[in-house]
Amino acid sequence: MDRLDSRRIWSLALIGTLAGAFSGLFGVGGGTVIVPMLIAFFAYGERLATGTSLAAIIVIALLAALMQGGLYGNVDIETGLILTGPAIVGIVIGTAVQQRIPEKAVSLIFAFLLIGVAVEMVVGG
Amino acid sequence: MDILLACILCLIGGIIGGLIGVGGGIVFVPAMTIVLGMGQVNALSTSLMIIALVSIVGTWRQYGYGNVNLKDAAVIGLLSPVGVLIGVLISNAVPERALRIGFAMLALYMAYRLLVRVFKDDDPPVPADTAAPEPGSAGP
Repeated sequence: MDRLDSRRIWSLALIGTLAGAFSGLFGVGGGTVIVPMLIAFFAYGERLATGTSLAAIIVIALLAALMQGGLYGNVDIETGLILTGPAIVGIVIGTAVQQRIPEKAVSLIFAFLLIGVAVEMVVGG
Repeated sequence: MDILLACILCLIGGIIGGLIGVGGGIVFVPAMTIVLGMGQVNALSTSLMIIALVSIVGTWRQYGYGNVNLKDAAVIGLLSPVGVLIGVLISNAVPERALRIGFAMLALYMAYRLLVRVFKDDDPPVPADTAAPEPGSAGP
C-alpha cells in the first residue's frame, strides 16, 4: 500500500493533532501518543511505529525548538549541544538494541510508561 | 560533575528514545532542571532542541533498518502544529484537571491495547485494509 487515501490521511491527521495538542498542553505527547496509536489503529509493528514516530518528532520538535529559541530565546544552545552528544550515542545504541529484542517487548515497556504517565497526570500538577 | 551526571542521564534518555520511539524529553528535562538547576521553560525548550537533533539520528538509523514510513510521518509531523493551536484553545476553555484526567484515561486505554497485544496469541493476521506498509517500502 503506497498511496495515502483520504481516510488514512484523516486518521494520521488525528494522531498528529492529538500529539501536538498534548505536547502543547503537558509537554508530553509526541511519541507517547504517536507510537501506541500507530500500533493500535494502523496495525503497525512496534519497530515501524517507533521509527515513524521518531521521523514525525523531528518535525514537531524542530518547529517547537525554533519557536522557543527564535521567538523567545529560551533555548540554552551550549548546554543543549553538550547533552546532545551522549543522547545521540544513546539513540544509536537504543535503536540497535531494539532490532535484537522481540517487538512485543517494546509494547510491554511502552505500556508501563503509559501507566506511569497516567498516574503522573492524575497525581502530579 | 553535575554536567557529567546530566550527560549520563541524557545517554540513558537516548537509549530509551531509541528503544521505544519517543524523543526522550521525559529524561532530558529533569536532567536539566534537577541536575543542572535550569528553569523549567529553559529546560523544556533546550530539551526540544536535543530531541530534534537526536530524532534525526534515530530516524536515520531506523530508516536504515527499514522501519520508517516517511509519508505517514510527514502527515503526522506537519499537522501537529494544528494540534498545538487546538491544545492552546482547549486549555483556555476546559479546566486543566479535566484535561489531565482525559489524557490519563487515553494513556490507560493505550496501555490496555498494548498489553492485549503483548499477551494475545500471534495467530490472527493483520486485516488487509488496515495493514501498514511493508517496512521496506519506505526505503529506496
